[in-house]
Amino acid sequence: MAKLPTPDELSKINYKPPEKRWVNTPAEFKDGFWCFGTRPKYLQAVDMPNPREWKPIEDDWKLPENWKEIFLEGFAERLKKYRSFRLFMDICVRCGACADKCHFFLGTGDPKNMPVLRAELLRSVYRNYFTTSGKLLGKLAGAREITFDVLRELWYYAFQCTECRRCSVFCPYGIDTAEITIICRELLNLLGLNTDWTMGPVANCYRTGNHLGLEPHTIKSIIESMVEDIETITGIKIEPTFNRKGAEILFITPSGDLFGDPGTYTCMGYMMLFHELGLNYTWSTLAAEGGNFGLFTSNEMAKKLAYKIYAEAKRLKVKWILGGECGHMWRVWNQYLETWHGPTDFLETPVSPITGTKFDYTSSLKAVHIAEFTADLIKHGKLNLNPSRNDYLKVTFHDSCNTARGMGIFEEPRHIIRNVCNHFYEMPENTIREQTFCCGSGSGLNAGENMELRMRGGFPRANAVKHVHKHYGINMLANICAIDRAALKPLMDYWVPGVEVCGVHELVGNALVMKGEKERTTTLRSEPLPEKEAKENV
Amino acid sequence: MGAKDLVRDASLRLIKGRGNSRERRMGLKDLIIAKKTAILKRWFDMILGTYPEETSNHLRKQADPFANPISHTISKGIEGIFSTVIEGTDIESAFPFLDNIIKLRAVQDSTPSGAIAFILLLKKAIREELKDKIHEGVIYHELLALESNIDEITLLCFDLYMKCREKVYELKANEVKNMTFRLLQRANHNL
Repeated sequence: MAKLPTPDELSKINYKPPEKRWVNTPAEFKDGFWCFGTRPKYLQAVDMPNPREWKPIEDDWKLPENWKEIFLEGFAERLKKYRSFRLFMDICVRCGACADKCHFFLGTGDPKNMPVLRAELLRSVYRNYFTTSGKLLGKLAGAREITFDVLRELWYYAFQCTECRRCSVFCPYGIDTAEITIICRELLNLLGLNTDWTMGPVANCYRTGNHLGLEPHTIKSIIESMVEDIETITGIKIEPTFNRKGAEILFITPSGDLFGDPGTYTCMGYMMLFHELGLNYTWSTLAAEGGNFGLFTSNEMAKKLAYKIYAEAKRLKVKWILGGECGHMWRVWNQYLETWHGPTDFLETPVSPITGTKFDYTSSLKAVHIAEFTADLIKHGKLNLNPSRNDYLKVTFHDSCNTARGMGIFEEPRHIIRNVCNHFYEMPENTIREQTFCCGSGSGLNAGENMELRMRGGFPRANAVKHVHKHYGINMLANICAIDRAALKPLMDYWVPGVEVCGVHELVGNALVMKGEKERTTTLRSEPLPEKEAKENV
Repeated sequence: MGAKDLVRDASLRLIKGRGNSRERRMGLKDLIIAKKTAILKRWFDMILGTYPEETSNHLRKQADPFANPISHTISKGIEGIFSTVIEGTDIESAFPFLDNIIKLRAVQDSTPSGAIAFILLLKKAIREELKDKIHEGVIYHELLALESNIDEITLLCFDLYMKCREKVYELKANEVKNMTFRLLQRANHNL
């Protein structure tokens, strides 16, 4: 029988953590704070190193014998290749401006989640092997050797960062800690140390073109099922087209919008809008994924998975690309795509066929975010909207990290919400726009097994929602990111029950008065509209 | 068992515990209320002391409730709990404060004892703050009764902690269900 502690022993709770420096405090793997290690089949599918069964909690990670060599060679290669990375390794003065800006630190209270210290985990290794002071002075210069304990620590904390870049907003040097995490994960990938939740979508995407591994006929069937729902709700039969050559626009959205609620309602909103506009667009069943989990794996993998969209645009001979509500899909497109593939010379600068607006800013990418597209439609008075259909909702808007900090999309979604809803309230200023708090589940951390971590990381966001829920009765948290839609739902369920989550275009779909539609009696969720609104719409 | 049932049960336990000592305890109550700020500060500091040093420094300094949600939740929470335990307000009013802190601790600490230890620190804070009076021996019995009340709240904390943990497991299970919901819906539709 296991030895149980006596009451005396139990009462002696040690409230104080060990008083040792962080370098001497190895990472303690706590259940609920880490994701499962990737299965070999996913690594094999994309030809990545060291495929084998392994468990992060076990002592033997089944690393290659020369793992240190591989890690350090990879490190050296990246220092040479990315000037920004070398700079970020060198220039931090440890002022601490970033320390209390990370949602994981604010939610967990773990000092190694301070961006400065999380980066220091890797910087200390950098100093030991790549700086003269580190080589000569060792520990005195803040250097340390790469050991198995250090590697475990790097892994544990590289997957406790959502690469949201809130810390970099506050860094006086502009150090992008997200990029340090990105490189750290790249180095870990050289040893086959990714998470199952990240590598599964990567392997699926490589094979089928989308994270969920949906085959073309399944995609078609899912969209047709939504078409049936739209017909039931509005009486209007929508006829989307698939892989249609010569369409003007290729529409790309994250596959989460096809498969998981509440993303599916957002997707119904897109389709209703496009039908009402008579937009000449097509879906692709081959490039049916805007998201790119390659970004959470390596630069090369992200590049490999991204280009299918443009290859498909080329094949279908469309003029430009319209992108759905997604976060990191836009970060990849805006920040990396041009470096990888150069200007897109086979597409045209997007022009809205409805308003004539030319989206000059994307003259290289030739891709427009749907929030910008719809905001432009509303600004030009092209939509017949009945915001009172959303009167049962009190809405607040969560800025998604990537579209906010990566693109500066702040006003467009708000403009849309104000026109499709009558009750919109902002969360406190230091939790929105460029200072927005992450959902806590981005960058491939939205697995199930690390739910405690997700709840902790999302706590600062939930705390702000709780404030507006209490003061204004907020019951809907709108956003423009598929991971947000999936991740904020359980977050609200835990911290602020009574607040639902939706995409902005679900609200558009509810408010949109379509030509020839029947009297609406339900929302896009097939829930009855409150009686009063139903009568008004007669 | 719903939240209201939990509160009702705990209220009953509290009322039984109070017995006839209410009037005699007034002396202690007055003493504690007079030292409310000092006790709350001591209690707050003890709770922050359960976080690593680098963290507790930040938690102490930052006053903005959105830039420092942990401190905000704890300080507001212990104030509410203090009023219930010491000033004798209805336990129902303390429920949201307890709930807020325990929700946080239930996903921060990996042990149940670590998650709910904060409530027992109130005993320690009062004992330390009223050390001299306790040594005089005049409030000893009242103190025991008060500590029994805190014990009752501790039991409520266990119930709340379990509810939080069950919620986390429910969310984990939901993640799997949500992944297959549309697929099953479609499959059912085709039957």
